Amino acid sequence: MTAALLFDAGLCLLVLVVAFSAVAGRGLFGAIAFFIIYGMLIALAWLRLEGVDVALAEAAIGAGLTGMLLIGAWSMLKQLGVSGLPGGPSVPLRIAAGAVSGLVALALAATVLALPDGREGLSPAVAESLGRSGVDNPVTAVLLNFRAYDTLLESVVLLIALIAVWSLTPRAVWGGVPGLAQHARSDGVLSMFGRLLPPLGLVVAIYLVWAGSSQPGGAFQAGTVLAAVWLLVVMAGLYDEPPASSRNLRLALVAGPGVFLAVGAVGAAFGVFMGIPEGFAKPLILSIEFALTVSIAVTLALLVAGRPRRPA
Amino acid sequence: MTAPLPGAFPALELLIVLPLAASLLAILLGGRLAPRIVLLLGPAMLVVTAVLAFQIQTQGPVRVEIGGWEAPLGIALIGDGLAGVFLVLTAIVMTAVGVFAQKPFGSEGAETTESYTFWPLYFAMWAALNAVFCGGDLFNLYVALELLTLTAVAMVAYGSTRAALRYLLFALAGSLAYLMGIVLLYSATGTLDIELLARQDTIEATRMVSGALMTAGLLAKTALFPLHGWLPPAHGSAPAPASALLSSLVIKASFVIIVRIWFDVMPDVAGTVFVQLLSILGAGAVLYGSLLALRQTRLKMIIAYSTVAQLGYLFFIFPLAGGAAAETPWAAGAWSGGMFHALAHGLAKAAMFLAAGLVIEALGHDRIDDIKGIARALPLTMFAFGLAAVSLMGLPPSGGFLAKYLMLTAALADGQIGLALVMLAGGLLAAAYLFRPVNRALAGDYVPEVAVVTYWRQLIPLGLALLSVALGIISEPPYDLLQVGRSKVAVEGIDD
Repeated sequence: MTAALLFDAGLCLLVLVVAFSAVAGRGLFGAIAFFIIYGMLIALAWLRLEGVDVALAEAAIGAGLTGMLLIGAWSMLKQLGVSGLPGGPSVPLRIAAGAVSGLVALALAATVLALPDGREGLSPAVAESLGRSGVDNPVTAVLLNFRAYDTLLESVVLLIALIAVWSLTPRAVWGGVPGLAQHARSDGVLSMFGRLLPPLGLVVAIYLVWAGSSQPGGAFQAGTVLAAVWLLVVMAGLYDEPPASSRNLRLALVAGPGVFLAVGAVGAAFGVFMGIPEGFAKPLILSIEFALTVSIAVTLALLVAGRPRRPA
Repeated sequence: MTAPLPGAFPALELLIVLPLAASLLAILLGGRLAPRIVLLLGPAMLVVTAVLAFQIQTQGPVRVEIGGWEAPLGIALIGDGLAGVFLVLTAIVMTAVGVFAQKPFGSEGAETTESYTFWPLYFAMWAALNAVFCGGDLFNLYVALELLTLTAVAMVAYGSTRAALRYLLFALAGSLAYLMGIVLLYSATGTLDIELLARQDTIEATRMVSGALMTAGLLAKTALFPLHGWLPPAHGSAPAPASALLSSLVIKASFVIIVRIWFDVMPDVAGTVFVQLLSILGAGAVLYGSLLALRQTRLKMIIAYSTVAQLGYLFFIFPLAGGAAAETPWAAGAWSGGMFHALAHGLAKAAMFLAAGLVIEALGHDRIDDIKGIARALPLTMFAFGLAAVSLMGLPPSGGFLAKYLMLTAALADGQIGLALVMLAGGLLAAAYLFRPVNRALAGDYVPEVAVVTYWRQLIPLGLALLSVALGIISEPPYDLLQVGRSKVAVEGIDD
């Protein structure tokens, strides 16, 4: 009990210190490094709160993928000759912003502390309907069945984020290959990992989707693992990114949201929009999850690669 | 028993499914075919929204439990009068802009960045707007708003990445504040459903704090003064079709959520302090936005600042139909007046931005000083601009006139002389800042040489402007539709 309490107190303190370092540090790279550590600590905090699904997502996307995007942005800024942070707002403005933030934090803290005890949210309702959802993991039941509409829109958000990145492509290289050409020694460490890890990553990803129906896991986590595998393959110089004009690539991008939307639309034709019939629930949810995994993996990998930069 | 077909027709569902499918299809088909999708989708959406409006009018509010899961477990779509009118407005403006954008965002030969990326963004924006207007779940509204913001920011980035980034920062801060408010409300009540929340008993302080957070976040996205800083550069520098969508529809989405929160979710907590604050900000927007519009030198910047000003009127419904004014007989008129203003402004502003886009296509710029005589080269376009201006100034018989008339009579009946004066001043200022470009366009006696602008594309802003004026003449159907599901609010208003 005390050991757990000590651990939690230490974790809280670390989170605060790391968060402050990320915000207050002067160097851009240092801030990114602290931000990634912050993401890992938050994932740890979610584990302590027994939110394993959230912890997985936070570690994979919040810390891993976001960190990678930030490092990519940092290296581009470096190429442009931007090294430090700009001057930023004036001191009075900072003090005012700090004061407003402090007030909001105080109001939030007071309100949260005033909430009555014994609130369970929707957990009892989820547990009660879990038997009719087709899966045993309550998180998956919420994401793919009870609130499938949210997840459908979120999968489109991710896809549209990629289109938004692509919309910044200069006309001359439209349809070209994203990112810069990678060169690695064919007998080097990176190249070796590039050959060794992908099969393992593939197995882990498939397991994560499959397990998602009964345990923590699912399309977002599995997609991130697959995207990481692909990034490694590209960085090792084994394969190049596909051109943005590739028909297969575009098919892979829309497959997940497309299957999801099709299931929802067929439901609507039978009277219940996004309705997943109880008898077919598990195979339907797994099909959606596998299709989503592919699309999420491709979208995330391309988001990291950035807009097309080289002619196809 | 009513006729089975219209009752069972899944109008709300189609309004979400069709544009989402179009967005995915556009990504798959590529920039050569994607622009053509709208020629099918536009008429389809007009028909579906018309059927929905008919359903709502004849059978009362529609409620769809998605996935067959009842709230609080599942998410519901609500088709009441408020949703109905904004869904119809969205279908009209989106279709018009989609047809207009065939030129700048179409592709004659090979696929280009613009012809490929614009259409997925455009269709996703349509889906997101529909999802916001009929969303019945506060968290789902957050997801829909995120999708909307993303598409809007990307469209601004075609014109200026700097303005897009500024917009993104405001919008993300707004999203976070809104999300914090929802989380707080959910932890207090265990539900996110708007109808269930309206019946929940919670500590008033919790509701006030979460309501304030949600409203602050949504105000940043709506660009109410003094959070309007991002709007003029974003709307002024985006390509004309995008500016039309942003000014006409996108900012109305977050406004409608504010209305849902204070009139549907927590009508009991709207104290006078809150409604006074919103109306003071609204008055500030009307005056400040109009004064800045007077000082602009570019046509699109005038229109953008005019949006800042016109948004202010929308917030006058809070003191006139909410708070202490709730029980008054004029609350319903004021509330409907505010919504009419949103509709008339949506149509007129889309017409204006499209007209400005044609001026830019013809001249290559939109500097007011150098558009002398453009009305003789593009008579239809400038006529559309003038008609839209009539509605924005609030001259009879336009939709803008009816909106301001309803709000003005409510303000006078309520003894809110200050608000009434601001409304009148806003109308005069609008006349002043819109007179300048119209005057320049008519000046001189020669026809300037301009690039060719096809006849049919000039008809699009004209059609929108005519609708904005017609809203004041054929006002009964939309007025009646607005009242459906409002029995509590429009008739009684917010009870204190």
